[in-house]
Amino acid sequence: MPQNYVPIFIFLLIAFLIGAGTVLVASLIRPNNPDKVKLMPYECGIDPVDSARKRYTVRFYIVAILFVVFDVETVFLFPWAVQFKLLGLFGFVEMMVFLGILIVGYIWIWKKGALEWI
Amino acid sequence: MDVLTTPLTAFSQYFSKSDYVLALPMILLTVFALGILMIDLMLPEEWKRLNALTALIGLGFSAAAVFRIHSLLGPEVSCIPGFFGTVVMDRFAVYFFYLFLVGAAVAVLMSVKYLEIERENHGEYYALILFSVIGMMAMACGYDIIMLFIGLELMALSTYVLVGFLRRDQRSNEAALKYLILGAFSSGIFAYGLSLFYGLTGSTNLGTIAQGLEKRISANPNDPVVIFALLAVSTGLLFKIAAVPFHQWAPDAYEGAPTAITGFMSVAVKSAAWALLLRMFLFGFYPLRALYVPMLIFVALATLTGGNLAAITQTNTKRLLAYSSIAHVGYMLLGLIASDGTSNTTGIKGIMFYLLVYTFMNLGAFAVIASLRRREIIGDDLDDLAGLYKKAPVEAVLMLIFLLSLAGIPPLAGFYGKYFIFLSLVETGHFALAGIAVLYAVVGLYYYLKMANAMFMREETTAEPVKSSPSMSLALAICAIGTIGIGLFPNVFIELVNWSMSGANAATIAQLMH
Repeated sequence: MPQNYVPIFIFLLIAFLIGAGTVLVASLIRPNNPDKVKLMPYECGIDPVDSARKRYTVRFYIVAILFVVFDVETVFLFPWAVQFKLLGLFGFVEMMVFLGILIVGYIWIWKKGALEWI
Repeated sequence: MDVLTTPLTAFSQYFSKSDYVLALPMILLTVFALGILMIDLMLPEEWKRLNALTALIGLGFSAAAVFRIHSLLGPEVSCIPGFFGTVVMDRFAVYFFYLFLVGAAVAVLMSVKYLEIERENHGEYYALILFSVIGMMAMACGYDIIMLFIGLELMALSTYVLVGFLRRDQRSNEAALKYLILGAFSSGIFAYGLSLFYGLTGSTNLGTIAQGLEKRISANPNDPVVIFALLAVSTGLLFKIAAVPFHQWAPDAYEGAPTAITGFMSVAVKSAAWALLLRMFLFGFYPLRALYVPMLIFVALATLTGGNLAAITQTNTKRLLAYSSIAHVGYMLLGLIASDGTSNTTGIKGIMFYLLVYTFMNLGAFAVIASLRRREIIGDDLDDLAGLYKKAPVEAVLMLIFLLSLAGIPPLAGFYGKYFIFLSLVETGHFALAGIAVLYAVVGLYYYLKMANAMFMREETTAEPVKSSPSMSLALAICAIGTIGIGLFPNVFIELVNWSMSGANAATIAQLMH
């Protein structure tokens, strides 16, 4: 039913107004005197050394992919940990199978040298 | 708390022993694939052949597990639902399981020597073949769109990597990238269509989807949302079977992939896509038959025309066979058009029989091309076939048998594949389509005989001898026995197809599910 979605649109509108309003009010009342240091891109407090727009070594991508795999693994571990008692032995065995498969993959990437940064 | 507790306790009580029997073929393949990955780390270079053996043993164990399910499907039991109805193990699924296992086993046999020549003999290759077979099995036995989609993706992702397995070969890399991008795109469209069907019917189960669609379509036979969802899903499915106008990836991917993988893709991967297509069109979307048949007629004619005409001009044998495989998809689509499901199942039987026949004859043709791969010679050009009869008479004669079978000459297996398709068209009164299909079969004869002409009538271009290996000989023997055996004794195999179709109609399964 379309009318059921009206609250969502009102919610979206309010969210947009708050965001836009804050930026607008801030730009009106703040002092405006930029200098070189203030305009620098913020990188965890460290001064940037170079432009970010260049080619990266492919190793970054491997690390990123491996991170995603084990990140998703933890996503599956959390619900199991929360309902550990309820799921009982069945859940335990199923999770061990899941972890077992991932551990085979882990040993494999380790032996293949994907974790080394030469 | 109650909301959560009830389904969770049900969850742990639901999975019975019989569920694990249903999953056993896939569990065994997973264990063996992981085993290959681990064993490969310890193997020295000269022992790498052991990986192929492990893969074959794994496929054998899996076949034994499939046989166990096969024996559970007695005369009264037409299907066994499992895992909350997400999996339905019927004769249809078991039949396809056997096809996948045979296709994968022959592909493994073809690969042993080929990978050594390419110096890419890694265990991952065999592990990926086994993983893709697991995906195919999920596609054949899944009865839930999420299960089917996961199976499809598992198969496709493994195949993308296998296509690009020759990492020093630029063609292989290009093929893998093209296949990956187009494949991911089509999977996206497919998933979008599935989400629309879920939205329309409120269920991911194919049986419930069919009921919901029946209600919707009887209220409004031209419901635009239904048509849109059907188009999106069909795009994904037709892409996977490489039907025109979604065929552009096939020649490039087939040409660049290692030849054994090209063979594997053209039979096992294609059978799996067909299993998925039949499962969806006959079980889930059957109420939409009036909508999808005109579309399929257009696609089938375009596929026959595009595949056959493009094949004529090819000079690369792998590309030629890629276009020929597109043309074969056109014939099979005609079978789907002809079968009106309940009263006439000849068309569906024709498709199932065609896929069986096609597994042997097409793998055989690719096995011959793979055996032409020597040092310095890639062997996939039409000129590489020249004078093959003088150099390697056995390979040349076998190739001739496979080519004649692909063209549909009796008494070879390919004839019966086409015969049932044409029979179903005539039985249901599609005379025009039958006539066009026969005409295109003649066109097909031209380009298959062009290859035969090169082998027997032309002088050889290189003196480099063709050496066969024991595993390749075994692969060729299996394909030859299959192609000739089905041609000479079609009754045994027709019985098999009849068995696989009995009880596999939508109504029986819908009854069991509810």
